[in-house]
Amino acid sequence: MRKLWRWLVALITLFVGKLMHRASEQEDEPERIVPAGRPERRAETAVLILLAIAVAWAIGFVVTYAEFGPKDIPNALLGICLGMSLAFIAAALTVVAKRLVVTEEREDEYPEEHPQEQSEVAQIVHESGSRFTRKRLLIGASAATAAAFGAAAITPAASLGPFWDTAALDRTAWRRGRRLVDEDNRPFKAGDVETETFYTAFPEGADKEEIGSPVVLLRLAPSTIHLPAGRADWAPHGILAYSKICTHAGCAIALYRKPTFPAVEPKPALVCPCHYSTFDPATGASVTYGPAGRPLPQLPLMIDSEGHLRAAGNFSQRVGPSWWNVRESPT
Amino acid sequence: MERQGIADVSDSLDPVRFIDERTASAPLIKKGLRYLFPDHWSFLLGEVALYCFIVLVATGVYLALFFDPSTAHTVYHGSYRPLDGREMSAAYKSVLDISLYYKTGLLIRQTHHWAADVFVVAIVLHLMRVFFTGAFRKPRELTWLLGLLLLFTTFLEGYLGYSMVDDLLSGMGLAIGYGVGLSLPIIGGPMTQFIFAGPFPGGQALWSRMYIAHVFLIPILLAVLIGGHLALVALRHHTQFKESRRHTNKRLIGVPLFPGQTPRSLALMFGVFAVLFLLGGLIQVNPIWQWGPYHTYDATNGAQPDWYLGWLIGALRLMPSFDVTIGHFTLVPNPFWGGAAFPLFVLAVLAVYPWAERRLTGDRTMHNLADRPRDAPNRTAFGVAFLSWVFLIFAFGAADRILVLWNIGYQTQLTVFRIGIWVIPLILFFLTRRICHDLSAAERVEAIQHEAEEEAEREHQPAPVGGA
Amino acid sequence: MRIRARHIALGLVLMLVPVGIALAQPLSGIVRPTTEPPRPSLHLGAELFAGNCASCHGIAGAGITSPRPGAGEVLGAGPSLHGVGAQAADFYLRLGLMPLTSPQDEPTRERVLFSDKEIRSLVQYVASLGSGPGVPRPNARSGSLPDGLRLFTEHCAGCHQIAGRGGFVTGARVPPLQGLTATEIAEAVRVGPYLMPQFTPKQISKADLNSLVRYVLSTNHPDNHGGWGIGNLGPIPEGIVVWWIAGPLLIGICVLLGRRMRS
Repeated sequence: MRKLWRWLVALITLFVGKLMHRASEQEDEPERIVPAGRPERRAETAVLILLAIAVAWAIGFVVTYAEFGPKDIPNALLGICLGMSLAFIAAALTVVAKRLVVTEEREDEYPEEHPQEQSEVAQIVHESGSRFTRKRLLIGASAATAAAFGAAAITPAASLGPFWDTAALDRTAWRRGRRLVDEDNRPFKAGDVETETFYTAFPEGADKEEIGSPVVLLRLAPSTIHLPAGRADWAPHGILAYSKICTHAGCAIALYRKPTFPAVEPKPALVCPCHYSTFDPATGASVTYGPAGRPLPQLPLMIDSEGHLRAAGNFSQRVGPSWWNVRESPT
Repeated sequence: MERQGIADVSDSLDPVRFIDERTASAPLIKKGLRYLFPDHWSFLLGEVALYCFIVLVATGVYLALFFDPSTAHTVYHGSYRPLDGREMSAAYKSVLDISLYYKTGLLIRQTHHWAADVFVVAIVLHLMRVFFTGAFRKPRELTWLLGLLLLFTTFLEGYLGYSMVDDLLSGMGLAIGYGVGLSLPIIGGPMTQFIFAGPFPGGQALWSRMYIAHVFLIPILLAVLIGGHLALVALRHHTQFKESRRHTNKRLIGVPLFPGQTPRSLALMFGVFAVLFLLGGLIQVNPIWQWGPYHTYDATNGAQPDWYLGWLIGALRLMPSFDVTIGHFTLVPNPFWGGAAFPLFVLAVLAVYPWAERRLTGDRTMHNLADRPRDAPNRTAFGVAFLSWVFLIFAFGAADRILVLWNIGYQTQLTVFRIGIWVIPLILFFLTRRICHDLSAAERVEAIQHEAEEEAEREHQPAPVGGA
Repeated sequence: MRIRARHIALGLVLMLVPVGIALAQPLSGIVRPTTEPPRPSLHLGAELFAGNCASCHGIAGAGITSPRPGAGEVLGAGPSLHGVGAQAADFYLRLGLMPLTSPQDEPTRERVLFSDKEIRSLVQYVASLGSGPGVPRPNARSGSLPDGLRLFTEHCAGCHQIAGRGGFVTGARVPPLQGLTATEIAEAVRVGPYLMPQFTPKQISKADLNSLVRYVLSTNHPDNHGGWGIGNLGPIPEGIVVWWIAGPLLIGICVLLGRRMRS
């Protein structure tokens, strides 16, 4: 310990000595590069005070961290301590920049073009190739090699996902006979589905997170339903099911617009809360507003002997946001 | 004798000598220290962006130590009561813990998020400065291109950071990204399946990918782009305004890096840090605990991405309803226009602009002097029109909140915006050009007046003839 | 004499006074009996109903499905009130959703035009029109906050936004949910006003309703751990903060440190 201390004293002495030595040599120093200026003791004092305040805030930050538990630690106090410490460092540096450092304005030349070097570079490249006779062939071969090796080099990346394969987009868990269940896996009975509201249903036993799984379930008066041709028996007792995933950009259709007094209010509609695409459940979820380009896929329903709702098949169209070729019916 | 000894020891302590002896770089260092910065406040905006990036890296490293990029199901039993007992992904839970359990976690997370938001603001301000002063012209077109690339890479980086958290908003954002990806003609389907490792919502593979991209690949790309951008700036020097006769295309006037510029840049850096940490401490950003976990079948009204992607939301909502189809085949689904074609078009316009302007004006010379906006009325007018076009589309992204706040009908806004985005930029184009011309004309008049006054003064002075 | 900003401001204020006076008038005046009894009564309810509600809801609340001219120039149309019970009447009247200026309007929470006594009378009267649900008495304290958030996400967040800040559904403005009483929240769930679905006890049980109410009440004071909550909306206010707070601050620092143009 004592030895270390002695070393430290020696080093400091040396360093100070060196500074004194420099100072004494000042007379015969060459002409200044950085112009001289008057000392600014007040600015120096300001810098010292600002730095001291910064130190205080930084300590405040550490103290705040130590004083509070994870539940009651005030985020604002932490932020103010750290932020103010940084702000006072910035202030100190501003004083240094504006008052302590010499403000000099100097001139310099913008870099010019270098015609000499340009032609020399070209010459080097040209002359380096002078021993090659079949240049074109070699360049062609190099290009082919680069292409082939490049292809080989990125081949491992093909394992990342299905490569040029969109089959998975067509898969849903819905089959004829699969029961509709709610979020807690309770099967829906036809009698449970009321007219003034909407439900989210899933295929029994399947992964609810797949975009082919969730459907919006609702009931309209059968007289108001006008489904596209061929779907006459898809809505038993006026119960309808549509994919809950918007055909525009894939958000969940989480809005059901249900008029209290249909005589003067807008018709029932399913709405996507992302870009407000609006679908008319009475007409096969055709688009009535917003940017979506095609209707929501409809799930045909049937009611089994126990009164449970079951799918009568797969969706009328492919589920999810549209893509190239999407209008084909499901495979 | 003794003096000599001291000199020897102290010389070996001289760091400059130490470095030069080992790297022979003293001339380079000297040149670097005296590198000149033309002095104008607007030249500091790019630096602001740089310092945001530093904060992003620093806070990001800290967050990466706590974040768990996993979709594994866990049940939350932390201090936030409304989510007690909820099933959620490990990723979302780890961000809840960062926010509400680790003592400085929320401060660092919020600062990270604010820094990202401010980073893009700084880049956009910087881009506007460079555009309106013509600083992108030869010989700085490559700097301009790298800057644009930097901006668009930042959009992707921010989007991934927002999406990884797996809260309700981030999941909806990811779904929209998936929808836009699918909408790309021909390649959309296969490409999204490849990137998401299957249909939405992806799963563990996607989270590993987003994580490695967000914390490693893209930050490195950004750092490389920033390095290239700065190297190009340094090689060609900054532009300067023609503030006096001494400022020319060949002669640069400025403050040397050391000592003049250094404390200023450092002060700016700490100033930026201070602003970001104060924001992180005082203003809440993306309170993910309030949103709850994401499920494909859940949604919240008016879901929005971070502000810098708001222009895409606006475009997606403004687009009329149609898919390009032939019979039963969809060729181009609707989200393509707003989500992909629109930003790519903006990027393309900005990228080709330096060359387009050269073509149109026939001006192929080197430019080290920056224009004032009024000096190039056509460019300024185009810039204002183009920016206002993008801005109006951006603003429509908030139409639903405008409705809630001021009860202005959504359909009314839609109609007004669908017309306004074409009419207003056109009006602004001619208006701006007019203002530029008028400002220049006023200046010329002033100059002539000034000259006349000087002449008059000279005439009033007693003639020097015959004095001697 | 120079015109000062103050004069202009004064002029503007004076110009706006008539507009203000016009707006302060009730849009449709409430018709009241010349002498009201001191306590709520079925009779008073019937009188008020005949004077203020019947032009849309029909005589004795039978409903008018095809619009026809009623009191004043209002083209009346409205649903039948038979069987809606005290619940719906209490909800629409307490929040000032009724009466509407025109039956096409979206009911919004404006000023309440009836006194408490009048509301009680009207509620009594509407309840007497046919057996219907009474005013619900939710017990928010017995509800569970986590269940409430889960139910809210599933049934409500699509329109009302996850923190209950309101939003948009095609054709209507969805109101924010702050400043409501537990009873009003429960009534809204059961009634499903205007374009909102109606959730019966079969779909949202009494216990679930308590949880839901508890969650909605909690949105009055959301857990803003991170500081100033800026509306609990997410990205839009955040963008405003970076452009209007951070941006000017940073430009200010740049101007402080850099030089302005010499002219």
